[in-house]
Amino acid sequence: MRLIPTEEQRELAATVRSFLADRVPMSRVREIAESDEPFDRTAWTRLSGELGLTGLAVPEEHGGSGAGFGEVAAVLEELGAALTPVPYFSAVVAADLLAALDAKDLLPDVASGATIAILARPEGEPPVGRIIDRGEWVLEGAVERVPDAVSADLLLVVASTGEGRRGVFAVAADAPGLVRTPLTTLDLTRPQARIELGGAPARLLGPSDASDAIDRSLDVASVLLAAEQLGGLRRCLDAIVEYAKLRVQFGRYVGSFQGVKHKLADMHCTLEQAESVVRYAVWAVDEAPDELPEAAALAASFMGRAYFQVAKDHLLLYGGIGFTWEHDAHLYYKRAKADEVMLGAPRTHRARLAAALDLPD
Amino acid sequence: MTDLDEYRDQARAWLAERTADLPPDPGLAESRAFMADLYDAGHVGITWPAEYGGRGLSAAEERAFQQAAAGFTLPVGVFGIGLGMCGPTLLSLGTEEQKRRYIRPLLRGEEIWCQMFSEPGAGSDVASLQTRAVLDGDHWVVDGQKVWTSVARQADFGLLIARTDPDVPKHQGITMFVVDMHAPGVDVRPLRDMTGESHFNEIFFTSVRVPVENVVGEVNGGWSAAVTTLLHERVSIGMGAARTERPASFAALRKAARERGLLGEPGVTDLLLDLYLQERAFDLLNARMSQEVKAGIMPGARGSVAKLLLADLTLAGADVASEILGPESVTGDGPVPRALAWAPGMALGGGTNEIMRNIIGDRVLGLPREPQLDRNIPFKALKVGTQAKEDGE
Repeated sequence: MRLIPTEEQRELAATVRSFLADRVPMSRVREIAESDEPFDRTAWTRLSGELGLTGLAVPEEHGGSGAGFGEVAAVLEELGAALTPVPYFSAVVAADLLAALDAKDLLPDVASGATIAILARPEGEPPVGRIIDRGEWVLEGAVERVPDAVSADLLLVVASTGEGRRGVFAVAADAPGLVRTPLTTLDLTRPQARIELGGAPARLLGPSDASDAIDRSLDVASVLLAAEQLGGLRRCLDAIVEYAKLRVQFGRYVGSFQGVKHKLADMHCTLEQAESVVRYAVWAVDEAPDELPEAAALAASFMGRAYFQVAKDHLLLYGGIGFTWEHDAHLYYKRAKADEVMLGAPRTHRARLAAALDLPD
Repeated sequence: MTDLDEYRDQARAWLAERTADLPPDPGLAESRAFMADLYDAGHVGITWPAEYGGRGLSAAEERAFQQAAAGFTLPVGVFGIGLGMCGPTLLSLGTEEQKRRYIRPLLRGEEIWCQMFSEPGAGSDVASLQTRAVLDGDHWVVDGQKVWTSVARQADFGLLIARTDPDVPKHQGITMFVVDMHAPGVDVRPLRDMTGESHFNEIFFTSVRVPVENVVGEVNGGWSAAVTTLLHERVSIGMGAARTERPASFAALRKAARERGLLGEPGVTDLLLDLYLQERAFDLLNARMSQEVKAGIMPGARGSVAKLLLADLTLAGADVASEILGPESVTGDGPVPRALAWAPGMALGGGTNEIMRNIIGDRVLGLPREPQLDRNIPFKALKVGTQAKEDGE
């Protein structure tokens, strides 16, 4: 079990961090958030195309660099810390699912970032796939609240293939019958949309019963989201610690008051736990598939709470300035809340964890 | 196979053979005999300097031994304070004569060590200690009282800090000494704690004469020496804990709940999940910090994080045990009532939770320190310990 990053992973993180500080500072994040642009195309081209980050965990023969999820997690931590508005998380989850389904023809363009693929995972009733001709499928139904759906060129839709089975379908963004409706979101840095499929032509990827791949994909997504959350959590704590060293009230730096200092110490303890949980879970994705279901449910159950609590406390410790639109604290608070429920309500992750630990739900 | 692998296998084989006939609860004589054999076999003081009785090897050999020892329960607890705290302090601050005199017998278990810092009036604020040492010719004469001293009844020597100059601010008038625990005037009394047992002692000093050559470090320079010793303590408490048995662990409580048919009762799954999350995060943090140490990243003040989280976990585990087991948890002398009685100890020993949070805030996060009202006032002008209320207060 490896719980500390490699030298290469640290260097990769430093490279991404300095690129983001330079090219996607908070002013740029806000510019995208308050525009109609779903994501920062320039940054995406650099990160995905030039730096090749989307293909980090994709095998070399499919156009990736064959590094691993430790590297992907290093990138996600930095993107989470900077709230960078790019569909990287969605794209790496989609790339992993494509690899699992052996969709060799689609992988190279997804790995290179030329095609932005995202996964539409229905929470309730899935859309229904129907065969209209030999091997030709169409999808009927809707998927609510799909992150990065508007940014996508290619949608991977989980849909029913009959008799309680689920398959994964590729639907082109310009497919007839596909309607994507952007939603108003609390978190302004990761857009969501409703997807409606009215007989949209679709291609079945892999077997008509892909439940194992779909379940594993949720585990992988939980772990990768946890890495992104870890980055945000750390950035919140760093920011409020810096402020506590500068802000003076009652003739003292506020960080010298135990009421503030002890809260910050507890937040630091949360960070230390969170980093340990995330490193373990990421290691499990790369090296220990047997441990993945438990590790992923652990990461999701721990990080959702941890990030939101630290983001909330960091906002509160700023005092009144933290409640203003101009201050960045609310952007993290909203991201943390949106992340906590993005892959399902916290109780669903706890239910997965209970199942993995042989506890009745 | 590398030399290290070879050494690891050799150590493992040695331990397997030597521990095979140990009684389940070895007494002091057996512990001493074991320690002497362990030392003679070359497995103690691996990284300590060879000229004082150590082996002078690298951290890699020490690690290899730790890995070899991982599966064994070694009867060496009584030597822990000497090996973990007193020895390292002497190595960094002791005189040449002190190192030659004390280190080898300490390593071989021939002499047991204890540490005497806390006082009834000086708990979190150890620097306000009142035990005094007055110079009389070539001896210091010690009078006062210490408390919370582990293994004092077995100890041959102890590291003591005492007030040697009350006319200067409190941190500047303290000196560290090596004290012979068998000297006249040293009175060790067991302290009965809330478990009903005596795990610690009180020590009373009445005109105890300590030779001047027993000063450790500089006269009036004892505070920085004590800080070094205490940092060792926090790291060893937090990081060693993963190996000890936890009666109120997630696995133990899941088993207890299953045996009683309580799994599925409302709330039980949630209680167990919360405990699991806390326990797993703590264990993974411990594992990560050990990996960092192996990679050459020293935890320093971050040891306080592990200690604070362990204190929370210990209290939470006992509490969850009682919430699940109900009335059964507070009767009899089983593991859960014992865990409930033990639990507060972890949040107090080695520094309270509040002190841990101060250390994390000041030394890990670099936050501004709280103004200290007593920092520049001569010790004799300070109020210390527990004071009666004065009129008008």
